[in-house]
Formats: sequence, structure tokens, C-alpha cells
Amino acid sequence: MFELIGIPPQAFFGQLLIGLINGAFYAMLSLGLAVIFGLLNIINFAHGALYMMGAFVAWFLLQYFGLGYWPALILSPIIVGAFGAVIERTLLRRLYHLDHLYGLLLTFGLALMIQGVFRYYFGSSGQPYTIPPLLQGGVHLGFMVLPIYRGWVVAVSLLVCLATWFIIERTRLGATLRAATENRALTQAFGINVPRMITLTYAFGVGLAAFSGVLAAPIFQVSPLMGADLIIIIFAVVVIGGMGSIMGSILTGFALGVVEGLTKVFYPEASNTVIFVVMAIVLLIKPAGLFGRAHA
Amino acid sequence: MPEAAFARTEPADQPMLAVEDLHAWYGESHILHGISFHIAPGEVVTLLGRNGAGKTTTLKAIMGMVPRRRGSIRFEGEEMIQTRSDRIARRGLAFCPEERGIFASLSVEENLLLPPAVRPGGLSVEAIFELFPNLKERLRSQGTKLSGGEQQMLAIGRILRTGARLLLLDEPTEGLAPVIVQQIGRTIERLKIEGFTILLVEQNFRFASTVAERHYVVEHGRVIDQFQNRDLPANIAKIQEYLGV
Ligand SMILES: Nc1ncnc2c1ncn2[C@@H]1O[C@H](COP(=O)(O)OP(=O)(O)OP(=O)(O)O)[C@@H](O)[C@H]1O
Ligand SMILES: [Mg+2]
Repeated sequence: MFELIGIPPQAFFGQLLIGLINGAFYAMLSLGLAVIFGLLNIINFAHGALYMMGAFVAWFLLQYFGLGYWPALILSPIIVGAFGAVIERTLLRRLYHLDHLYGLLLTFGLALMIQGVFRYYFGSSGQPYTIPPLLQGGVHLGFMVLPIYRGWVVAVSLLVCLATWFIIERTRLGATLRAATENRALTQAFGINVPRMITLTYAFGVGLAAFSGVLAAPIFQVSPLMGADLIIIIFAVVVIGGMGSIMGSILTGFALGVVEGLTKVFYPEASNTVIFVVMAIVLLIKPAGLFGRAHA
Repeated sequence: MPEAAFARTEPADQPMLAVEDLHAWYGESHILHGISFHIAPGEVVTLLGRNGAGKTTTLKAIMGMVPRRRGSIRFEGEEMIQTRSDRIARRGLAFCPEERGIFASLSVEENLLLPPAVRPGGLSVEAIFELFPNLKERLRSQGTKLSGGEQQMLAIGRILRTGARLLLLDEPTEGLAPVIVQQIGRTIERLKIEGFTILLVEQNFRFASTVAERHYVVEHGRVIDQFQNRDLPANIAKIQEYLGV
């Protein structure tokens, strides 16, 4: 079949895998944005910069403390998440009663500052970060060789996304979070410490970005602008999926990664723009996004 | 040791809730202008008044849900005017809002279990189903898919679990069919027997007179008159004038 349309299966599955990998990052990052937007009403433009910080913290931990990939996978989200909690307590908290635009401007400014600091020290070149020994090499699947690390990234991000979905949609804690998202004042008046919940939710979303950053470090190198490039695509993904739907962000993230990968196979010229074309079409047909609820 | 050695330190008639000279604002609009009233433990008391008199705002101010307030709100002797709304709830007050506040993204069961227990002694889920059997059959439904009456039952039911002793009910009978109003009336009677203290906001003073011991009339954010329930028949004309009915 592949021979018929002139595409070698190796190339097809190779691009499909790259699409899934990119989709994994799109899904985790847009999921974090959706959770944050739902509760905080803030469009977190600093998400890409915090993803980059996650990768850099992993690199620092290795350089200065000799802590490798596995500890970094846990520690970096905690460290960056704590940094996020401080941002929420000191800055974002002042903006909740204002229009979205203020949150967007503030987090955009934060992103520029964070990226600026890292560029000042590291320039724009990337620092290499090696794949942990356990995940090196590849497995033959018959039709292609699957690099183990890439398979790991797809699997673990899928797991993290589904776990997040499960917690939000199927547990008591998630019910409290959904309630606070819907009516913050009433939820708090039931005795729930909503301010603390908001801080922890922001820290969680940011920690998820940092986690993605650590996963990305061995694939894309660690560079100050790695998040800046990604965040633009992430926002397109969020616009397509529609803010506020958890499963929507996950599905849209993975699907668009695959669409992008397959475009590289069938029509490479469009592979850099296909997501934005999809975004334009979705905006024309369903302005609230594929999974979004229209706002009054 | 004789029991008397452990005599309660507070006077027996200390109010459970004492609101004094309470002011509240929404932005620049000054809504409550020094409202004062009190409720003794176990009492059912209503706030009556026209649309826009400030009844809902009074309940929200007690719960710490208005942007700015001043004056004094003492619950069991402790001042709460500076207290944050979640900490107010944790002291043992619970609020059932006028618009019911059923969460659309939560199932009936999740809505019911949402408010955390703040004190021991709340009703069990089974006891709540006994009061409102309809809820039991709809546990898996989306909260807002219930009928108006069922939503009101859910809104009342979920605050009975928490162990809160003072319930603030904002127009629980508004827009409901007479049978449901009766059911809510019976529920309030039951809650009275269980020892709950209830501050009830009502426009329907006929309903109020079937459940409450005392009534305050609110206008322009302050109390302009008050009645014992037994004096109500003698003051019907006056009350009708106050309420504009
Ligand atoms: N969120 C708000 N922002 C500004 N003004 C408000 C707000 N909520 C209420 N008000 C105003 O405060 C006044 C009192 O309103 P409140 O809801 O307390 O009245 P009410 O006595 O409960 O009336 P009703 O019987 O219609 O429920 C009204 O004039 C209303 O317009
Ligand atoms: Mg009202």
C-alpha cells in the first residue's frame, strides 16, 4: 500500500512517531494551560518559559549536583512548581478581578524576563542532555526501529495526561476543583480553602510544564528559547481544542501532533503551517474551539 | 460532683448570632446601612422585605462573601467581621443561596458531598435521603439536570451533612410548586427538632409564619420593624404594606 503511493513505510511511521512525540508535548502543555485557565482565569503565557526552566533545572541538577535524569524528573517539577506558587502568591493573585488581558500581559512579561535571564547566561545555543542509559537504544518493530526514549516519552506523557484527567473528572478532589472553577465564592463559602487550591493548581500546571521540559531535554537540547518556539504552537492547539476542556486539550494535543507529522510525509511544504491552517478553519466554523463551551 | 459545678460560663440567652450595625458595599454602592439583629440557639428567624431590600446581601455579608463590610458579626460570641469566608464556614455556618448554586460540572452525588464536614454531628447521607428521597434516585445525574424543586432539595441537603449548626437559607421556596413548598416547610420543622438554628430569608410571609418564631422586616439595608410570630395576625396590614403586596 505504501509502495503504491510512493512512501516508504519507514518514513511514514518515523513521521508518525515524531508527530506523536510532538503531540505528547502539545497535550501536556495545553492541559496545564487549560487547568490554570479554568481556575485562575489567567492565560499563562509564561508556560513556555517555565517548560524551558524545567529543562534547565534538570541540566543544573546534573551539572552542579550530579543528579541525573530520574531524580530530575521528580525534582524539577517540584522546584519550578514552587517558583510558580511564588508567582501566584505575589503577582497573579492581584489580577483575578481584572480582565484576562492583564493576566496575559503579566505572564507575557514574565516569560520575556525569564527567557532574558537565561539568554544572558547561556546565549541562544543549546546544552546537550543525554538520554539515561536505561532508555538508550531502540527496538525493532518489524516495520521500523523505535527509539526507546521516544516510546517512553509518548507513554509517560499519555499516562500523566490520563491521570490528570482522572483526578479532575473522577475524584472528590477533582470535584472540588471543578466546583471552584465554576463558582469560586460559593465553593469557598462551603469551607474550602480556595486561595490555597488556586496556588496549588498553578503550581501543578507549571510543574507539568517543567516535567515536559525534563522529558524534552534529551530530545531537543536545553536552550533558553526552546519554550518560546513551542508556546506559539501550544496556543494554536488551545484555540483549536477550546479552553477549559481537560480531555479536549489532551486529544487535540496528540491529534495535532499526528496531523503535523503526517503532513510532513504527504506535503512537507505545509508541515510548519498546518496547525495554523487548522486553527483558522476551526475559528471559522466553531469559534469556541472543538471542545470549548461558548461563553456568554 | 454536682452538675452545677460545671455551669456554663455564658448566659443561657446568649445569641448564637448577633449582627450589629452591619454595613456592606458592592464597589461604590453602599447596600447595608447598619442592619442589626440576633438569633438564639435553636430559633428560626426570618428576614422579610421587598426586592432589593438587602436580604441576600445580609446573608452574604455574614458568610464573608461581599467585597467590603463593616460593623460586627458575632457567632457564638466570636467576632467574624474580619474572617475569610472559608473560615466562617468552618466555624459552623452554612449558606444555601437564592439561585441554589448547584454546580453544573458536578453530579448530584458530587454536589451533595462537596461541602466538607466542619463539625461532628451533621446528618448522615441516609438521613438526607430520608428527607429528600428524590435525590437518591438521581445521584448520577448532572446537578443542573434536576428539576427546580429537586435542585432546592439538593442545595439544602448538602449543607446538612457538614455539622454546621446555623443555616442561612435564602428564599428556599421561591418559584416552587405548593407541594414542594410544603415539603420544604416540613423539612424546616424537622431541622428545628434536630436543633438547627435557621436564618430564613423569605418574601412569602405566609410560608414564613408557618415555620418561624420571629420576623425582622428589612428595608434599605436596615431593620425597620420586628414581630413575634404570634403577633403576626394582628399586624397583617402593616406587613403587607412593608412588603408592598
Ligand atoms: N453583586 C452586586 N453588585 C452590585 N449591586 C448589587 C449586587 N448584588 C446586589 N446588589 C444590589 O444590592 C441591593 C440589595 O440586593 P439584595 O440582593 O441583597 O436584595 P434582596 O433583598 O435579596 O432582594 P430579592 O428579594 O430580590 O432577592 C439591590 O439594590 C441590588 O441591586
Ligand atoms: Mg435576595
